[in-house]
Amino acid sequence: MKMENVVAIALALFLSPIVGGVVAGIDRKITARLQGRYGPPILQPFYDVMKLIGKESMIVNLWQILCAYVYLVAAILTVVLLALQSDLLLIFFVLAVGGVFLVIGALAAQSPYSQIGAQRELIQMLTYEPLLILVFVSIYLVTGSYKISEILKFQEPLLIPLALMYIVLGYALTIKLRKSPFDISTSHHAHQEIVKGVLTEYSGPYLAIIEIAHWYETVFVLGICALFWHTNVYIMVLLVVLTYLAEIIIDNVCARLTWRWMLGYVWSAGLLLSFANYTWIYVR
Amino acid sequence: MIPKKLLNKSRVKSPWLIHFDCGSCNGCDIEVLACLTPLYDVERFGILNVGNPKHADILVVTGTVNHRNQKALKNVYDQMPEPKVVVAIGACGSTGGIFREAYNVVGGVDQVIPVDSYVPGCAPKPERIIDGIVLALEKLAEKGKRVDEGIFERLAGTREAISAR
Repeated sequence: MKMENVVAIALALFLSPIVGGVVAGIDRKITARLQGRYGPPILQPFYDVMKLIGKESMIVNLWQILCAYVYLVAAILTVVLLALQSDLLLIFFVLAVGGVFLVIGALAAQSPYSQIGAQRELIQMLTYEPLLILVFVSIYLVTGSYKISEILKFQEPLLIPLALMYIVLGYALTIKLRKSPFDISTSHHAHQEIVKGVLTEYSGPYLAIIEIAHWYETVFVLGICALFWHTNVYIMVLLVVLTYLAEIIIDNVCARLTWRWMLGYVWSAGLLLSFANYTWIYVR
Repeated sequence: MIPKKLLNKSRVKSPWLIHFDCGSCNGCDIEVLACLTPLYDVERFGILNVGNPKHADILVVTGTVNHRNQKALKNVYDQMPEPKVVVAIGACGSTGGIFREAYNVVGGVDQVIPVDSYVPGCAPKPERIIDGIVLALEKLAEKGKRVDEGIFERLAGTREAISAR
């Protein structure tokens, strides 16, 4: 264990939830302003999570507890692996395991809302996972490695040869952040036609765990975005901020759409963009 | 794990409410939903209108309780994790209103579950409703302290049980 690795792990563990929570708070504030409202304080997500931890724990069965914890551990692990500059494919599989456990937890309860939410979550995973793999493979084709430590040695920013793949990553990002038009399994907006989808049967402390895991995941997906301009820190930050702002605007101008539309549109657009970008990599 | 002072502050700053319509004429419902509009924007106080009793802290009930929907009301109340408070909105929610003597009406919400704050009016203004919810938040903080000590109020909310307390 090198000293810098210990520092990287500590930063990933303790800084990520703070950054993720503040990002969520700013998100809610900007969303409110876009809707002509004043909006909650920036620290609102932290109040929400602390309140949930203080609530009585009501569970349907023990599977839910296990699944909430595994989801949290998987989310933390993705951020830690990212901070340790590990392998993109390994990170991808850890992310998938976390997602699957969230679904299992929802399926463990008999509520029709959480059952439907779980099915929709699976379809969302089916939609974004191939695209994410295509993005990682394209990074490999350009840099010759899946290891982030090797990718960071690459001379030019990845956004230049992989501009279209960044848009494809944007689709995966929108689904992962649970933003409209893809917030079909559950949403951060209060009311929905399937109550709260995947999260319907999670309550109190376990909902808090899932919310904290979601903060980690937010940091993780923004970290993947940051990879696309690793040569200059200022432009990297600018890119991530602009990407997140674009997400908020998309969230506010789109309606929630059906899973059929999501699957058809995202796969066709994503595959077309990937095909064009892969061709571009080869002819360059 | 979390300091008790901070925990109680969080409870007051992040009340999620579920709105249950017992037998309302929709007058009160519209006023409750008006609180969410940009003009009043209760999200300023961290209040979210959730559709799930398992996530809610405040149960906002409008309309009279009748023999049919009292089971549903009780069910929604029982699904909420402690600490929780109940706000009865409007004349009907508070006492049964003009329907009080009807053959099918049980009366106000407090006939079925314990009510923490009453908002009179027919229909009450959104400002009034917000006031009623703020009043209920003080009770939520008190109940939160009891939950921190491990005391849960699992009493059925009949009038006898409330007067026995």
